[in-house]
Amino acid sequence: MNFFRTLGEKPWLAQAGEIAVINNSEQNILKGKTALKFLLAVVGVIFFLFTVTFLSRTQFPDFMALSGEPWQPFTNPVQLWYNTAALLLGGIGLQGAKLSAKANHFNKALVGIIIGIFFTLLFLVGQLLVWTQLYALGYVLTSNPANSYFYLFTAVHGLHILGGLVALSYVTFQFIRKNGVARLSSGISLCATYWHFLFVVWLLLFALLTSSPETYKTIAQLCGF
Amino acid sequence: MSYTAIADQPEGDLHDPDTFITKYIYSQDHKVIAIQYTVTAIAVGLVALVLSGLMRLQLGFPDTFSFIDPSNYYQFITMHGMIMVIYLLTALLLGGFGNYLIPLMVGARDMVFPFLNMLSFWFYFVSVIVLMASFFVPGGPTGAGWTLYPPQAILEGTPGSDWGIILMLVSLTIFIVAFTMGGLNYVTTVLQARARGMSLMRMPLTIWGIFVATILGLLAFPALLVSAIMMLMDKVVGTSFFMPALVSMGEQLSYSGGSPILFQHLFWFFGHPEVYIVALPAFGMVSDVLAVHARKNIFGYRMMVWAIVAIGGLSFIVWAHHMYVSGMNPYFGFFFATTTLIIAVPTALKVYNWVLTLYRGNIHLRTPMLFAIGFIFTFTHGGLTGLFLGNVVIDLPLSDTYFVVAHFHMVMGVSPIMVLFAAIYHWFPLVSGKHLNVRLSKLHFWITFIGTYAIYLPMHYLGFLGVPRRYYAMGDTDFIPASAQTLNANITIAALIVGLAQLIFIYNVIISLSKGKKSEPNPWDATSLEWQTPDFPPKHGNWGKTLPVVYRWAYDFSVPGTKYDFIPQNVAEEDVEKENSNAGVESTGDKK
Repeated sequence: MNFFRTLGEKPWLAQAGEIAVINNSEQNILKGKTALKFLLAVVGVIFFLFTVTFLSRTQFPDFMALSGEPWQPFTNPVQLWYNTAALLLGGIGLQGAKLSAKANHFNKALVGIIIGIFFTLLFLVGQLLVWTQLYALGYVLTSNPANSYFYLFTAVHGLHILGGLVALSYVTFQFIRKNGVARLSSGISLCATYWHFLFVVWLLLFALLTSSPETYKTIAQLCGF
Repeated sequence: MSYTAIADQPEGDLHDPDTFITKYIYSQDHKVIAIQYTVTAIAVGLVALVLSGLMRLQLGFPDTFSFIDPSNYYQFITMHGMIMVIYLLTALLLGGFGNYLIPLMVGARDMVFPFLNMLSFWFYFVSVIVLMASFFVPGGPTGAGWTLYPPQAILEGTPGSDWGIILMLVSLTIFIVAFTMGGLNYVTTVLQARARGMSLMRMPLTIWGIFVATILGLLAFPALLVSAIMMLMDKVVGTSFFMPALVSMGEQLSYSGGSPILFQHLFWFFGHPEVYIVALPAFGMVSDVLAVHARKNIFGYRMMVWAIVAIGGLSFIVWAHHMYVSGMNPYFGFFFATTTLIIAVPTALKVYNWVLTLYRGNIHLRTPMLFAIGFIFTFTHGGLTGLFLGNVVIDLPLSDTYFVVAHFHMVMGVSPIMVLFAAIYHWFPLVSGKHLNVRLSKLHFWITFIGTYAIYLPMHYLGFLGVPRRYYAMGDTDFIPASAQTLNANITIAALIVGLAQLIFIYNVIISLSKGKKSEPNPWDATSLEWQTPDFPPKHGNWGKTLPVVYRWAYDFSVPGTKYDFIPQNVAEEDVEKENSNAGVESTGDKK
């Protein structure tokens, strides 16, 4: 592996190294990509740790899963499926924007961005709708740990999406104001990657939050909780 | 050998500060941000130092000071611990030294995201303000102990359970956001903005330590964030993530079924890597200080890098050795004791290498070197007691005694502080262009070094006697002899002297900034890039017209057959040979 080869170098020996020179815009892309990788690692760890605490909590006797019985709200989570579709379309919009920006079709890229923002906002509104429905059904934040986790997970995920929207707006405004064509392409590309990542996180959360008690038990046993 | 592709950033691309506010307050220059971090961290650290003095007054002379009641005492403990670990050590080592040294040592003009870097400091500043605000809210700051264990942390009866704990958790959350912004900058700068020729394995160990510690921080602080958010929800909106069903003050609370142990796992999943977040930059900096002042290349550079990486990896699988008495599965204890002993191997390797660097070196006992050698002593002592506590059977009787207090203060209190002082004395001329007063510096060292032993060695003995930590007063107990109190009084006197001795340091810094002897460029004849800037001290943009090119590692000291006893990283082999032939020195050729 490259990393181990690096660690095996002997810097005390005088050696002529190859020096690759790249231009500034390429370096900007590299910087953004590296920072994003680490950011996604941080976000990934946050959700991973929440998930571990959740799985452990599912095995306590007072935990009442939100799915598994006909009267439970997420046994048939239609609204969540709609929301998932919205987030997927948001990601597809951004992917389209990314490809268009790469091919120098800037009007198409803007359309992609607008589609991305619209469907992402729709996802957030949809999530809020689920909150109000749950609340109306009496599944309030403190009445059961399963509810607490549902609100917590969706809130944290939603905040990450909002953060992404702020970054996307920044990239878009920069593009409109300065017409920074090269920057748009790299900025949109980073945003698209972030969106896809949060979509995958949402799929995992969706599966986790709507599982039945038996599934939790199996996972917990596999994990040794 | 391969090098990372590097782009020359033209000087004109930099965010030139033109007003007082953009130059000194909302500055995006990494050096100004570093100084802002350093000053804030030291200021808040002094608050924590005063708190420890107050605690010692109570322990050394109980029933003497009416203004210290049990609640105050617990608040002092909590705030002292949290401030020292997070807001002083982490912020100063990474925010202060990380910011100052990374771009200079890798040959960059600035951090890769200067605006984010500025935001990082201001978020840190806000987190400190929020934390300090807790001294002024009803009920005062939290007195839950720095580990903030639920359920007691948020229950009535614990000092500061109204507002103090909320402000603490909010402040930690803001700090983590600040750290993440800074951390992304540090790792990206190290990976993407190194000068030409600066391969990863040519980086000084300081940068390796800061780099790996930052990655640890990025992956470990989320655990604290997660636990802070969940505890905040338990406290504010009444969820039961960590809170079990319980009766408090004769009343059944609405909590049910939560797991306090879960919090402990999360906390220590952050808490143990945190030890290394503090230790690894210190390891790196002390290596460089030792090499420069012993005029010798660091012994086993590659092994030092491997040890840093190995310690970083292992630090994520040892956390439960803080929880042997929590009632967890006994098999866990076996696993975590084993991993704890394994992590001692790379750590010990580093100690051997430091000592071997000194062996037959041309040692200059300047103040940075004194502190660096002092660190080897304190760290070895602290590390050895760690081997005791890492074993379950020895930890059980010693748990929650002063032995533990002595151990962690030696290993992650005194030792990093020793390195911080070594680093400040070493790099002060670079930052300010002035030398610190030598006599005052040495006085500061000797009082601090001997004083810390006077404080912490007796504490080990108190721990063996079974004197419990976290107690406001010992009262009358059969197993603690009366002489323990005399020892406690002595410890307090030593602690107060060491505390006051830090004023010498502060006085020295203030007086030297205005009246100190002017330092010539590169006063220690160091090889690393930060000392090779065209301006001394370095100006905005660091490198003038063109970025430096690196031809060698950072440890070419006393190379046989060369005119000077050091070759800076940016000097090419041809230039060395030219210099030698001019001076009539017979070159031995390639130093293979």
